[in-house]
Amino acid sequence: MIGRYAVRFASLGYLAVLLVAPVGYVFWKTFQHGFGPAWDAVTTPDAVHALKVTLILTAIAVPANTIFGVLSALAIVRHRFPGAGIFNAVVDLPLALSPVVVGLALLLLYGRGGWLGGHGIAFALPGMVLATIFVSLPFVVREVVPVLREIGTEQEQAAATLGASWLQTFRRVTWPAIRWATAYGVVLTTARALGEFGAVSVISGRLTGETESMTLYVQDRYRSFDDVGAYASSVLLALLAVLTLIVMTRLRPKEETQ
Amino acid sequence: MAANATALPAAAARRSLAPGLSIGLSTIYLSLIVLLPLAALSWKAHGWQAVTNPEATAALELTLGVSLLVALVNAVAGTAIAWTLVRDRFVGQGLVNALVDLPFALPTIVAGLTLLALYGPRSPVAVDVSLKRTGIVLALLFVTLPFVVRTVQPVLFELDREMEEAAASLGAGRARIFLRIILPSILPAILSGVALAFARAVGEFGSLVLISGNIPFKTEVVSLYIFGRIESGDPGGAAAASVVILGISFGVLLAIGVLRRWVTRHDR
Repeated sequence: MIGRYAVRFASLGYLAVLLVAPVGYVFWKTFQHGFGPAWDAVTTPDAVHALKVTLILTAIAVPANTIFGVLSALAIVRHRFPGAGIFNAVVDLPLALSPVVVGLALLLLYGRGGWLGGHGIAFALPGMVLATIFVSLPFVVREVVPVLREIGTEQEQAAATLGASWLQTFRRVTWPAIRWATAYGVVLTTARALGEFGAVSVISGRLTGETESMTLYVQDRYRSFDDVGAYASSVLLALLAVLTLIVMTRLRPKEETQ
Repeated sequence: MAANATALPAAAARRSLAPGLSIGLSTIYLSLIVLLPLAALSWKAHGWQAVTNPEATAALELTLGVSLLVALVNAVAGTAIAWTLVRDRFVGQGLVNALVDLPFALPTIVAGLTLLALYGPRSPVAVDVSLKRTGIVLALLFVTLPFVVRTVQPVLFELDREMEEAAASLGAGRARIFLRIILPSILPAILSGVALAFARAVGEFGSLVLISGNIPFKTEVVSLYIFGRIESGDPGGAAAASVVILGISFGVLLAIGVLRRWVTRHDR
C-alpha cells in the first residue's frame, strides 16, 4: 500500500512542480493588481492587432487542414494507390519537424532568390498562413484514420448497393461515423495554429503591428521588459488553451465509444 | 471482411470520380504545403562547415544529450503518471487527466515564459534555471510531458488483470509482478512515447527561446543555432544544419513505424 501512495504522490508532485505551479504563478502575477492592468495590456493597438493576426492564421489553417485531413484519411484508408506509404510518412513529418526548419524551408522557397520568391509571401501574412498550415497539418488525418479503419466498409457497401452515390454515402454513412474524430482533430489543429511560434517567427519578419502574431507579441513584450504585457498576453493565450482543453476533454469519451 | 476493409466496392468506385479526386487533391495539397518547401530546403543547403564547425557540433551534442535525458525521465515519470491515472483512484483524478494535455494546448512560448516566471532570475522560490542547461531540460520536460502518458495510458487500461492476479496468488511480489508481467506488455507503448518525446525535444524551439539564453557551447541547442544562422544571413548553412535534424526526425518517425508494426503483431 505504501508503494501505491508513493507512486501517486510522486506523479502528482511532478505535475505540480512542472506544470501547475508555473502556470498558476503566471495567472496570479497577471491579476495581482486586479483585472484592470491586465485588460489594458492586452487591449493596446499592437496587442489587438497581434490577436487579429493569430485569429486570421487560425481561421484559414483550420478549415484548409480539416478538408485536407478528411480527404487524405479517406485516401489512406479506403484506397490503395502507389506511394501510399510515403504519403503516410509525409503526413506525419510536421509532427517531428522543428518549427524553425519549417520556417526556414518556407523562407528558402518564397524568400529573396527562392524558386517562388518575390510574390510578397515571405515576411507577410501569406507566408505566415503557409507556416501555420504546415505545422498543424497532421492532426485531423491522424484522428480520422483509425476511426475509418475501425468502422470498415460494410455500411458504405450496403449504401452503394442500394444505389447511393459517393456523395450520398459519404454524407449519410461515413460522415456521421467520423464526425467526432474530425471535431477532435479540429480542436488539436486549432490549438496548434493558435500557439505556433517558431515557423512564424522565421517567415514573418516580425514587424510589430503588421506581421506579429500573439505568440510573437509575447516574446516582444518580454524582451522589452514589459512584464505586465508579456504575462497578460500569455494568460490570454493560456485561457484559449484551457478552453481547447475543455473541448478536448468533452470530445474524447465520444470519440472512444465510437 | 479483411479484403473488404481496403477498398470500396467496384460498383461504387465506378459510379463516381470521387475516390480518385480525394487521392489527387490531397497529394497536390501535401506536395505544395510540405514537400515543395522541404525540397527547396534540401536544394539550398550548402556550406557544410555550418554543420561541422565546433559551435555546431557542440549544439548538436547538447541537443541529443538533453533530448535523451528528457526521453528517459519521461519513460519513468510518464509511466508513473499513466499508472496513477489508470490504477489509482482519488478525488480530482479527472482534472489531473485533463491537465496532462495542457502542454499540447499551451503555446510553447507561453510554456517557456511561465517556467521563467517561477524558476527564472526573479524566482519567488529562489530557483534560477535561466541561461543554464537545467532550464533547457525543464522546458523540454514541460513540452514533452503528454507523450508517454498518452501512449501508455490506453494500453494499461486494456491490460488483462487476470495474469497479475494469478502471479500474486502464486506468491509474486508487487515489484516482480510489475517487472515480469506488466512492463513487458506496456514496453512497446513506453518506447513509442519515448521516441515521440525525443523527436519533439530535438526540434523544440519556442519554449527554449527565452529560457536558454542561447549561449554558444553552453546552452545553444540546434534549433536555436539554426535560428542564429538565419538571423546572421547564412540561410545556406542554416539549411545544411536543418537537413541533419530533418534526417534525425525522419529516422525517429521510421523507428516509431517499425515499433507500431511490432506492437500490432504482438496483439494478434
